[in-house]
Amino acid sequence: MSMLETKALTREFGGIIAVNRVDFNVERNMITGLIGPNGAGKTTLFNNITGLDVPSSGKVFFEGRDITGLPSNKVCRLGIARTFQNIRLFKDLSVIDNVMMGRHFHTGSLRNRTLQAVLSYFQVEKEECEEYEAAMKWLEFFGLENLRNDSAGSLPYGYQRELEIARALATEPKLLFLDEPAAGMNPQETDSLMETIRRIRDLGVTVVLIEHDMKLVMSICDNITVLNYGQKIAQGTPSVIQSDPAVIEAYLGTDDDEEDF
Amino acid sequence: MGSAGMFFQHLMNGLTLGGIYALIALGYTMVYGILKFINFAHGDILMVGAYIGLFVFDLLRGSSPLGPWWIAAFFIAMLVSMVCCAFLGMLIERVAYKPLRKGSRLAPLLSAIGVSFILSNGAAWLFGTHSRKLEYPFDNSPISIGSVVITPHQIMVLVVAVVMMVLLKLFVGKSKMGKAMRATSLDGETAKLMGINSDMIISLTFGIGSALAACGGMLIALDYKVYATMGTMIGLKAFVAAVVGGIGNITGAMLGGFLLGLLETFGVAVFGIPQGFKDTIAFAVLIIILLVKPEGLLGKVEKEKV
Amino acid sequence: MLNFFLLILIYTCIYAFMSLGQNLITGYTGMLSLCAAGFFAIGSYTTAILMTKFAWSWWSTVPVAILLSALLGVLIGLPTLRLKGDYLAIATLGFAEIVRNVINNWDALTNGPMGIQRIPMISFFGLKVSPYSKYGFLLLEVVLLAICWFLLERLVKSRMGRALEAIREDEIAAASVGVNVTKYKVVSFAIGAGVSGIAGCLQAGFVLSVSPGSYVFMVSIMVLCTVVLGGMGNFLAVMLGAFIIQFISYLPQLIGLSSVIPAQAKQIIFGLILVIMMIYRPQGILGRKKRDNSRAQAFYDQANGDTRNAGRKDIGLEESGAKCEEEGRV
Repeated sequence: MSMLETKALTREFGGIIAVNRVDFNVERNMITGLIGPNGAGKTTLFNNITGLDVPSSGKVFFEGRDITGLPSNKVCRLGIARTFQNIRLFKDLSVIDNVMMGRHFHTGSLRNRTLQAVLSYFQVEKEECEEYEAAMKWLEFFGLENLRNDSAGSLPYGYQRELEIARALATEPKLLFLDEPAAGMNPQETDSLMETIRRIRDLGVTVVLIEHDMKLVMSICDNITVLNYGQKIAQGTPSVIQSDPAVIEAYLGTDDDEEDF
Repeated sequence: MGSAGMFFQHLMNGLTLGGIYALIALGYTMVYGILKFINFAHGDILMVGAYIGLFVFDLLRGSSPLGPWWIAAFFIAMLVSMVCCAFLGMLIERVAYKPLRKGSRLAPLLSAIGVSFILSNGAAWLFGTHSRKLEYPFDNSPISIGSVVITPHQIMVLVVAVVMMVLLKLFVGKSKMGKAMRATSLDGETAKLMGINSDMIISLTFGIGSALAACGGMLIALDYKVYATMGTMIGLKAFVAAVVGGIGNITGAMLGGFLLGLLETFGVAVFGIPQGFKDTIAFAVLIIILLVKPEGLLGKVEKEKV
Repeated sequence: MLNFFLLILIYTCIYAFMSLGQNLITGYTGMLSLCAAGFFAIGSYTTAILMTKFAWSWWSTVPVAILLSALLGVLIGLPTLRLKGDYLAIATLGFAEIVRNVINNWDALTNGPMGIQRIPMISFFGLKVSPYSKYGFLLLEVVLLAICWFLLERLVKSRMGRALEAIREDEIAAASVGVNVTKYKVVSFAIGAGVSGIAGCLQAGFVLSVSPGSYVFMVSIMVLCTVVLGGMGNFLAVMLGAFIIQFISYLPQLIGLSSVIPAQAKQIIFGLILVIMMIYRPQGILGRKKRDNSRAQAFYDQANGDTRNAGRKDIGLEESGAKCEEEGRV
């Protein structure tokens, strides 16, 4: 059984069908790519799975459990983390605080902690130290540990992308969604990102990524799903996808960078 | 008076009140449509408009007896007041809001609250805290139409309100400027790339909104007198009207204004809500609308892009 | 003169409670509430009614006042917290007006526009804390304020405080890392409201009478001014702001010019403060307080310094520190 499945997932925006009856599968411990021309509905699909948006119809199953329409904080607690196309960091908070936010729900529920936070000094200190350590582990994973006290908004773009992934990983997800992680990166940064994504996979985290950089997608994805005009037009291994006539047509029709393909 | 007569009576009263709300609500909605921020000082511009109108009207009519000249003087005063307030609105925008356009969302709102405070207290300082009477420019004795009693003031309010709204609708819908305004409201950045001078459009929006507020201020002053804090409550209610109709939507603001006027009138007269709680009706309506249909009756749902 | 200064300090403390509450709501969680006057009124009237009609002691009215204010906070919060900044401001303002309307019209309970007079003085183990000898009252206020401040600092230092700041920075991102945004907003609102309610209890205990005229929109604006002026997200700063605002309010009387300077002057100054601060120094006088992780950092560095040094005993501590810096990526 797939780790994550959508069944006939549909999202309409006032007559425009952004995602049209899509069956999308993610296999455990693999890197799945989601590609398609701009406006194909990739981010909308992400949003509908991760609870930022509610599907018009269709279902989402995660590890056999129906998670359709769950709010994003609950989806996250089930083990699905994500990053955003336009980086969404807590800009005024420090780098380490951003990652510690990822640890947030691991420290218990609101009810029994609010009072404790105020009253039990030592409990809070202990927790903070544990969370700090856990967060540092992720900063070290990305080599950002020396920037820990800088404010997140002041980091260079590439580091911000990495920090956002670090924050997502700090929630200890089983499944990680990356929305265009290589956008705006130069070739060296993209290479290092590819390496990072492989390392994340090696940690046992299943990765799904939306990406326009075909070199990246073709070289690291085990499985690729192609969307066009909200519909799934192909699914398979990179080599299958590269020779799929429907995919080639979709890309040639809208994109003239076919030599990248 | 029969119950049907009563009904029409309340309907008339409600529509008059609503017409004024609608005029003021237009200013809120236009500014929100373009800048996505609530001009808290709008109600105080209304107050300034009422004062200017009062002074000009009194000056013009002098000691002449009640007659056609009074009506002319009233409309000249209204025009002067609208022009002055238009400039005041643009000035406020330039000084207190424009420098904050790039900052956080809270900044212009706080600045607007500050401006509102400066205006209302400045007026109290300059003109005193007592309220002044704006004389009716005509004999305001009620006219009976069947069983319904209607005052010339009510007729004037409705006529002026409807004329202003039609003019605004035409301006925004048909003129080139109006088109630029709509474009800026849809997407300010793109509009700028298309060569629209968005600073000018924003100024213009403030100007038109403020002029309408001045007009509304004078109409309401006839019934409720002129004083420094007159704009606060009516401004808030007009804002509620704008939200009920769907903020950013011009037709919505009109609809919301009339609806709120009717609700208040019928709430007190028919449903027996105590007079003391009349002001509460608007806020209760606001909270219910925000709960049930937060985008308002005619508004569009706006989703943040992620 | 000294007496006057004490009066300023007493009002500073009363406003400081509201500023603390407002700062949690606006400075930390980023929600623009204009309801301080409402919470203030609830606190005052709870104390006034319970003390005059039911002969409760002042002390026992405080927890009830906190709870009722917090309840009002939740009541406001649940429907309105989904709203964006400006809508929230108006909705909370509307709620504050509703509170005042109810107080003005519920004659049986609140005595309507007349208000409630002859509230007994606060007594402390049989000792009357008379508002006429201002030192005792000020001492009481300062002690309560210090406790409140301490608890709030603990709160924002905890993970909850971090979550509130995350919500302020980006709600969607906060939800994406598992934060229940609505719940935290409501809790923040309720705590902020409860703290503001204490100001009401003190007001009733100091003036010994309450009337609807003291809970007007102006109060909410003054509280907002204190927060903006001092610095959003900094409890110490907003208390400083409260002092400055009170000082400006009483300056005409203090220098003996109250007959010359019109009453509106201070309100105009508050308006100017809001506009000028927003344009030239939106972070306030002291600015936001950075989150302090120094303890956790020291603890972590110590623990990891140990493991790093375990393998190479030959390197001295100082040297290893330098080595770490060299290896570091800046």
